[in-house]
Amino acid sequence: MGLKQVSGGRIAGETYRTNSPDGDLMIALAGNPNTGKSTVFNSLTGLKQHTGNWPGKTVTNAQGMYIHQHQRFVLIDLPGTYSLFANSVDEEVARDFICSGEPRATVVVADATCLERNLNLVLQVMEITDHVVLCVNLLDEAKRKKIQVDLPALSKILGIPVIGTSARDGAGLDALKDAVYQVAMGEIQTAPLKIRYGSAVEECLNLLEPAVKGIADKNVNRRWVALRLLDGDWDAEASLAQLPFFRIRKSKELSDALALADQMLLEDHLDRDSLRDHIVTCIVSQAEEITQRVLRCEKQNYNDLDRRIDSVLTSRIWGIPVMMALLGLVFWITIKGANYPSQILGTGLFWGQERLTQLFLSAGWPDWLHGVFVLGMYRTLAWVISVMLPPMAIFFPLFTLLEDLGYLPRIAFNLDNYFKKACAHGKQALTMCMGFGCNAAGVISCRIIDSPRERLISIITNNYAPCNGRFPTLIALATVFIAGELGSHQSVIASLIILAAIVTGVIITLIVSKLLSKTILKGIPSSFALELPPYRKPQIGRIIVRSLYDRTLFVLARAIIVAVPAGMITWVFANIHVGDLSILQHGANLLGPFGRLLGLDGFILMAFILGLPANEIVIPILVMSYMSAGQMIELDNLQALRELFLANGWTWLTAVCTMLFCLNHYPCGTTLMTIKKETQSIKWTLITFAITTATGIILCFAVAQSVRLLGLV
Amino acid sequence: MDMDRLIPLHRLIPGTCGKVSQLTANGNTRRRMLDLGLICGTRVEVLQKSPSGDTVAYEIRGAVIALRSEEASQILVELL
Repeated sequence: MGLKQVSGGRIAGETYRTNSPDGDLMIALAGNPNTGKSTVFNSLTGLKQHTGNWPGKTVTNAQGMYIHQHQRFVLIDLPGTYSLFANSVDEEVARDFICSGEPRATVVVADATCLERNLNLVLQVMEITDHVVLCVNLLDEAKRKKIQVDLPALSKILGIPVIGTSARDGAGLDALKDAVYQVAMGEIQTAPLKIRYGSAVEECLNLLEPAVKGIADKNVNRRWVALRLLDGDWDAEASLAQLPFFRIRKSKELSDALALADQMLLEDHLDRDSLRDHIVTCIVSQAEEITQRVLRCEKQNYNDLDRRIDSVLTSRIWGIPVMMALLGLVFWITIKGANYPSQILGTGLFWGQERLTQLFLSAGWPDWLHGVFVLGMYRTLAWVISVMLPPMAIFFPLFTLLEDLGYLPRIAFNLDNYFKKACAHGKQALTMCMGFGCNAAGVISCRIIDSPRERLISIITNNYAPCNGRFPTLIALATVFIAGELGSHQSVIASLIILAAIVTGVIITLIVSKLLSKTILKGIPSSFALELPPYRKPQIGRIIVRSLYDRTLFVLARAIIVAVPAGMITWVFANIHVGDLSILQHGANLLGPFGRLLGLDGFILMAFILGLPANEIVIPILVMSYMSAGQMIELDNLQALRELFLANGWTWLTAVCTMLFCLNHYPCGTTLMTIKKETQSIKWTLITFAITTATGIILCFAVAQSVRLLGLV
Repeated sequence: MDMDRLIPLHRLIPGTCGKVSQLTANGNTRRRMLDLGLICGTRVEVLQKSPSGDTVAYEIRGAVIALRSEEASQILVELL
């Protein structure tokens, strides 16, 4: 599904290099989604990775390097695909790269527990190139399910090296590297199995192959080129014009042969469409036959456990309640667990602030310098770290755990009909889930949706999924204003409020998707098939490392980079006076009337505006604005926050409206830039900005005015 | 073949099995179905319906695939 590659939140660069330094051997890594291909990639290359985009495509290209037997290999991670018939951009990218002649060998990763389906792709790769190594991964899972794969027999049938691995424990990877080395260096001569397509097609191929010979690139299999010419794959694919062997079309000999072949096929009642069916049928049947020869299942119903789990997690009655309970539990653990470390970090960092202040005082440095550095930059930074880091460090691993277990596709399955009714794509639920981590990553993950219309809808609505930069704001407000008044069970109530915020976000996503489908993005949902992969035993160690390294540190670093200058600017705005008031107060006064209509105030709106670069800094900016306006208190815990806000005229309505506005306003700067990059359009970036902000304004206005009318405040 | 015995896949109830006999889809949808291994004679087991309705999980060649009724209705099967 391609989610793994984008989930890291690393924003892909524009290009990637195909030309490696002399002597490096390029190896392509292909495979179905959910086969542990990324695990194989990560295990082979470690941290020596580079992510970018395929030239001219919004498809992630990851490449990494490893050394084996003193030889450097560059491993190119192709998008996960089920076939190479170029039905989608992913398949096109994978196919074009394999037949470009650049890789010295192609490794196909297959799932041992679902071998038959995976062999489909293996057979297709073997048609393009002889230099193939099959990596039968997830042998540990197969063993657990008592499935035995006869690897030597499979290797003999396919005519290529077949290596069994359990990439998660590193088992078999050395053998894989050996096989890749041998195939790439030409030490092993492979003899890939040829699929037979019946006498009529074979006759045509015999006719075409000599015509292709001498004209097609020598790295590309002539039989494969002939087959593609026959089923008319070339015509629709403009991208193929860039491939070196496309000039074959110009040959007279070939056009004649092609015309004759078309005629022969028609006599056999095979037009282009039915030929395509015929070709796929032959491949699938071949895969089926091979599987029957090499697979032994001791237990007939080896998937029984998965089915039983699914019958609860996706059941009509329990599916949605269990989903809510799981999410609620994740938030409860996050809130409860973050509490204590947040306090320690807060205490430590504010102790540091006092020391810094003493230093500035004893050095006799001017007040404004102390203000800019300590009260502006340092304090914002301290807040961001103490409030952001602990929940992130707990939330991200938990979320990655759900992802690793294979639960996210079940969420998409559970909610699918709602998305269908909203005329949205079924995979939009998956992109929404990614948005909970980081909206920029969520927007990138929309690449898994092929249809441009539905992809735009998911991109525009992704921001309604509160990201990790906004959870701390929601948690803080929910804890001090709503749960705080209820005394005990604070974290339980806060979790429920966050859960309610998420449900609100999902409902708004559905409504806005529907509205978009009926107005500027008219259309009906395109066809889709969602795979519910087998549940996998999670790799706890790997989850912690990857979620901390890829996600937590990435998001935190970004927040820090933004927080420091934003803290400085806010302090300057709050302390430079024009007339009687500071610039910040002028702004707040200007925005005040509008803010109050929405149940907010001018300072809150100012904080959201200054917080455009990153949502994490909204609360710190707000705190600084309020504090510079007079009250100087020690702000090292949430209780102090509550007092500060109360002193500035907050009620529970202010908290609710601030949370609503936090949930529904323009995406942060990084996300906006990502939207611009992914849609290649300033127009859609601005539309996203306008729609999300309008949602917030309308909602806050409606809530604030209703509550006031009813006299509830 | 007796066409009357062919049922669109989405009509099958969970727990039953069908054998694919014809795809009525065209173009990209048809290719995707073929890629899933849905060729003539493929056995499909109906696993369960999504809690929100409409979408159904099927077991196709060892993999669990969820299809909406629009797609499943374009797969004609014989009841097994």
